[in-house]
Amino acid sequence: MSEVRFGQAINRALADAMEQDSSVVLLGEDVGEAGGPFGVTRGLLKRFGAERVRDTPISEAAIVGAAVGAAMTGLRPVVEVMFMDFVTLAMDALVNQAAKARFMFGGQVSVPMVVRMPHGGGINAGPQHSQCLEAWLAHVPGLKVVCPSNVEDAYALVRAAIDDDDPVIVVENKALYATKGELPEPMSAVPIGRARTARVGNDVTIVTYGAMVPVGLAAAAVLENEGIDAEVLDLRSLQPWDETAVLESLSRTHRLVVCHEAVEAFGIGAEIVARLADTGFDELDGPLVRVGAPFMPPPFAKSLEDWYRPDAGRVIAAVKRAIA
Amino acid sequence: MAPTATKASPAELLRLYAGMKLIREVEQRLAVMFGDGEIPGFIHLSIGQEAVAVGIAAALRPHDTLASNHRGHGHALAKGLDVSRFFLEIMGRSEGYCGGRGGSMHVADMSVGMLGANGIVGAGLPIAVGSALAHHLRKTGGIACVFFGDGALAEGALHESFNLAALWKLPILFVCENNGWSEFSPASRQLAAEPSKLAEAFKIPTDRVDGNDIIAVRAAALSAVEAIRAGGGPRLIECKTTRVRGHFEGDAQKYRDAGECEEIGRKDPINRAQEELRIMGVPDADIAAADEAARRRVDEAVAVARAGTAPVPATALADVYSPRVASKTAGVRP
Repeated sequence: MSEVRFGQAINRALADAMEQDSSVVLLGEDVGEAGGPFGVTRGLLKRFGAERVRDTPISEAAIVGAAVGAAMTGLRPVVEVMFMDFVTLAMDALVNQAAKARFMFGGQVSVPMVVRMPHGGGINAGPQHSQCLEAWLAHVPGLKVVCPSNVEDAYALVRAAIDDDDPVIVVENKALYATKGELPEPMSAVPIGRARTARVGNDVTIVTYGAMVPVGLAAAAVLENEGIDAEVLDLRSLQPWDETAVLESLSRTHRLVVCHEAVEAFGIGAEIVARLADTGFDELDGPLVRVGAPFMPPPFAKSLEDWYRPDAGRVIAAVKRAIA
Repeated sequence: MAPTATKASPAELLRLYAGMKLIREVEQRLAVMFGDGEIPGFIHLSIGQEAVAVGIAAALRPHDTLASNHRGHGHALAKGLDVSRFFLEIMGRSEGYCGGRGGSMHVADMSVGMLGANGIVGAGLPIAVGSALAHHLRKTGGIACVFFGDGALAEGALHESFNLAALWKLPILFVCENNGWSEFSPASRQLAAEPSKLAEAFKIPTDRVDGNDIIAVRAAALSAVEAIRAGGGPRLIECKTTRVRGHFEGDAQKYRDAGECEEIGRKDPINRAQEELRIMGVPDADIAAADEAARRRVDEAVAVARAGTAPVPATALADVYSPRVASKTAGVRP
């Protein structure tokens, strides 16, 4: 076991994958010399050289598009998009090309590429550097989307994403980069699509992912003092998501809250509660409740951003509605 | 440049002629079948532009990769796709190249490096740049090639791709088929720049050729490909050509005047190659035999495609994702 930061765990995963497979290459703005805006790729240029760790111009459409062509012809590119907000500039490459190549060419080719992108607020980065747009990507057939909440899963999901033969989006919450945790030895991947029980409980299921997992756990700790025993499920993977695990938990608690930092409307939570309103209907003893950001762009001022981002208080209020 | 590149032997020109004639025959048949309601969706014909596809492909090897566009039938056939499976795909049959999932705008055959036609203008450029990076890093000795129209010159992805390819000196041939039309609009209303100067701004050496002169296109392609294979980085060939049909079949082309359409006949690359063959002394019977072979090949392909089966909904979800496979590099924990 070794204690590392979240960003270092991703760095280790990239390095281990590059060590084992020479077709893995890194592309992105300032991923080489500068080591990435959040330091995630620090040291990799020196270790693997400029052929495989490529600083790119500020050309999201060409970088992600090139990753598609590279992945179709023998490489396993890992692209860093500096902020998730910038994926807007690469949507053709992701949505019309990467996601569809295997299907529209009748299974002739796979597109084994990874696009890493930091999302989320908390650093007063304003409306164009703070968004959580994962629901857009999870809505596109052909893409997979994962979002780790802790050091161990950060390593495991990045390895799984690189291993996967399909395009995988790794969403990394900026607030988690500096968090620390233990990385077990030997380190390994985790299957995409499998949730993790972060806290066992009997009275209500809190389904969440990414940086909202610690928020959900904090809410559960407060609720425990009030005699409410909350289970916290960390989805880890958003597309595909682990409906079996959520249903299993619901069948014990009969109450459910879904939390994410992304805006509530038309989000990941909307899909989950819609599915469970159907497949879990007989288990429900209360309303399915969502917690997400209000329907507005992320604001800049600290006072506004603090109010905008869902916190433990909002999760607690949602749980109380769910169990009322 | 190889000294013979600016000329072609009679036998070589006859082969190039036959390649163009096959594409023409295929597309003329597609036009009829589309009009008869036998072809679903949209088709964009490249009639009049065959010399670009055949002339460029003559300089490529089977493992060179090619990204195409919505007007890509000629590119696919010139790269070596089988005519029957091509028709099967365009008719939406399960035996087609893509199992009927793609159609005219997505014909692909990875076994000959044809990375796909593309329904998005300009989208093939970054894909080809990525494939060129793969050739470079995997040391395949191959190059990537991408065909795009002058309409794509206004797309941001094109400028990003020129820059990236030039910065990284990637083995890629950019081919601009300048037919003067961006869908329903003339180039004069679409682009403020000179097409060939765009790539030169990124220090990509550019050659401008008469795209309806098959020998000139082939000569430019051989020269550019040789330089690219030698490690010289990207090249652009701008081929001035003519789009005879509308943007898509069914386009009444009310935006074009009759004079332009008459002029097109005189520029026809196939007629020009035929004249050249006669001047070289190739017997009319040999030319007629090439014409007949193309017709027969298309007749056969259409018969095969008509007998093809429609994909059944039970197979619809296949290939949205790859089959699950055991981890290649990382141990998986439960």
